[in-house]
Amino acid sequence: MAPALLELQQISKRFPGVVALDDVSLSVACGEVVGLIGENGAGKSTLMNVLGGVLQADAGTIRFGGRPVAIGSVAEAIALGIGFIHQELNVLDNLDAAGNVFLGREPVWCGPLRLINRRAIFSRAETYLARLGLDIAGSTPLGDLSLAHQQMVEIAKALSQDAKLIIMDEPTSSLTLSETDRLLATVRDLRSQGVSVIFISHRLAEVAQCADRVVVLRDGRNAGNLSRDEINHQAMVRLMVGRDLQDWYVHGAGRVQPGYFQVRGLRTRAHPRSEVSFDVGRGEVLGLAGLVGAGRSEVAQAIFGVDPPVAGEVLLDGRPVRIRHARDAINAGIYLVPEDRRKTGLITEMTVRENVTLPGLWRYTVAGWIRRAKETAAAAAQCEALRVKTPSTETQVLNLSGGTQQKVVLAKWLALAPKVLIFDEPTRGIDVGAKAEIYRLMRDLAAAGVAIVMISSDMEEVLGVSDRVAVMHEGSVTGILERAACTEEAIMHLAVGAGEGRAVR
Amino acid sequence: MKKELGIFVLLVLVCAAIGIKDPGYLAGANLQNQLRLIGLYGIFSIGMGLVIITGGIDLSVGSLFALQGVLLSMMLRDWHWAWPAAVLAVIVGTMVLGAGHGFLITRVRLQPFIVTLCGLLIYRGAARFVANDEAKGFGTGGYGMLRDLATGSVLGVPMPFLLLVGVAVVMWVVLHRSVYGRYLFAVGRNEEAARYSGINSRRIIASAYVVSAALTGVSGILIAFYTNSISPSGHGSFFELYGIAAAVLGGCSLRGGEGSVLGIVIGTAVLQMIQNLVNLLGIESSLNFAVMGAVILMGVLVDQILVHRRKNRPAKT
Repeated sequence: MAPALLELQQISKRFPGVVALDDVSLSVACGEVVGLIGENGAGKSTLMNVLGGVLQADAGTIRFGGRPVAIGSVAEAIALGIGFIHQELNVLDNLDAAGNVFLGREPVWCGPLRLINRRAIFSRAETYLARLGLDIAGSTPLGDLSLAHQQMVEIAKALSQDAKLIIMDEPTSSLTLSETDRLLATVRDLRSQGVSVIFISHRLAEVAQCADRVVVLRDGRNAGNLSRDEINHQAMVRLMVGRDLQDWYVHGAGRVQPGYFQVRGLRTRAHPRSEVSFDVGRGEVLGLAGLVGAGRSEVAQAIFGVDPPVAGEVLLDGRPVRIRHARDAINAGIYLVPEDRRKTGLITEMTVRENVTLPGLWRYTVAGWIRRAKETAAAAAQCEALRVKTPSTETQVLNLSGGTQQKVVLAKWLALAPKVLIFDEPTRGIDVGAKAEIYRLMRDLAAAGVAIVMISSDMEEVLGVSDRVAVMHEGSVTGILERAACTEEAIMHLAVGAGEGRAVR
Repeated sequence: MKKELGIFVLLVLVCAAIGIKDPGYLAGANLQNQLRLIGLYGIFSIGMGLVIITGGIDLSVGSLFALQGVLLSMMLRDWHWAWPAAVLAVIVGTMVLGAGHGFLITRVRLQPFIVTLCGLLIYRGAARFVANDEAKGFGTGGYGMLRDLATGSVLGVPMPFLLLVGVAVVMWVVLHRSVYGRYLFAVGRNEEAARYSGINSRRIIASAYVVSAALTGVSGILIAFYTNSISPSGHGSFFELYGIAAAVLGGCSLRGGEGSVLGIVIGTAVLQMIQNLVNLLGIESSLNFAVMGAVILMGVLVDQILVHRRKNRPAKT
């Protein structure tokens, strides 16, 4: 085996309330491609951010090229020879390809005038692009390139900075199949040029194709390593999942009225060629599982009418509901607790009272005139019922904790007697105590006859709360599992697209 | 309420300075004239505030005044329309233009600054073209009631000021007590979250431009009769900036979602009084704009510092 280029030893990183990394170790040899996998929240991104200088570890040592190093900033990581290709591209599409490759390091001439040496910048950029097998002129405006080529420009940038190790975080998530193949070939090229790669992906088939070794993280810890000949789909899934469920979850009696809420052949703008169908009974919690980017939030937004569906129908109690605007969904009693409460769930600069009463403001009015007393009483009643921990209904929402804010979002909808309630990542960024309360509320609502859809990337939560689980992959539902059939393995199997018969080695 | 208090203190200070300099200044005919001007400026400034609360801006107001004035004069004097018909035509016409701005901003998704900047240029050009670049007016007699609204008084109080009080009361209720007003603030603060609460944010924003245009129409008619001579190339120039300045001084944030009717009215008064103070102190009148700019800058700076302090306090504990 080649000498180790990078050694991460016993790295730990704590965020308030969460241990993101706990004694994680990872080594990469020169010219080795290491696949890094794990569920959402397993700590992959945190670990890579530590390596890339975005975050600093609380404990542990990093050795690079045999010497112990401290990586205090992104610039220091780059200086060491660590390139980081983020999932969201960091390119400027108003500049040309060469300008992106040499951003901040432009070759200059004319002394103090610091004019850009156009001939040098183009020819040098083209050399690096050629190393990646790309025949692109350095003067091509970046906006004219496909996403895949823009990504190549980023890789060229890393090479131009003399990167010995390139981290690719979900590099294929927005690429087409043939572009993905091209990228995997590039990874192999890099390896043959002696550059090491850490390849992070949710798509296990790709990892199996390109990795020399796979490192699996789970809950911020090392869950195991797989050497080249041990890499297969089953083994990877087994290492990614498998842990004891905690017991704060409560299950209900199950469906009271099956088929109460039906979604038929729904197509969203993000995935116009995939159809989504499922149904939820009164009193049932349907978990909607899948990996990040599977199109779950888009389905929720389509049903709620903020991004109306391209096709398909939604039936409530057997009657079709036409949804062209959020107002239509709200009038029908279908509500959404969105993923990003600060951006879309609440107007954080407004008070608790104003937020709670916003969607149903007309209830507290006489001829368009708001009756303040009525409004305050309604908001106070909801806060009381949900035990929202706020000093008063006049407190600005931004002064409340995450869990309390989430309860304010819930209070908005509970004041309007929900029939269907869609939760999108309801407990993200919420502490354990508040989580348990949200689960209990969800259960109480189901018991009161509400049909509940819960989108969650937290596998434990999906298994703990759902009565049934629908799993999505790349815009379509790949399977719906009954309670008894729900295991982490089964869900993960469907979530990585294996249920569709996607090529898996 | 804190913001209004701050600007009110500023108003008191400016008035006190005027009083010290010339104790008799704020009395009689001069006071009347000041109130009249505050009335004329205040009405359209409230409209401007409405647009600013949605996170937009309207730069076309001054040019609209020129176009309105020119057309009003032609309707009344050249085409001999009955005055109610002319008034109605001006107000409705302005509202149609406002609806056009709203359409371009919310449906075509153009930026408010660009849309209304083009309005500023187009309407000014149109006014000069329609009037053959000649000054228009309303002569010395006739149009009794209409002229009274701009130049008359009731019990010593100028009519435009009374109109402003009426408009302010109505708009205060609309903005601070009605569902529509709450939606305006919500959309201005966070359009996305408002949409997720079932608010038709595009309609709300577009409607702000229409309501603002209606107030601009009313103001335009009064200002035309007040000046009684409308030179199409200069009438109303910079008025949109007075409106924006008054709204910002009165606590509106150009980021949207903030502001109050009372604040805007006080802001208008402060701007008016500063000009008087500049005259009284014997400062070169050529420095008028510079002093006004400096005062607005100071006001906004002080506000920013106070907001910053307030934000940092809970973070420490």
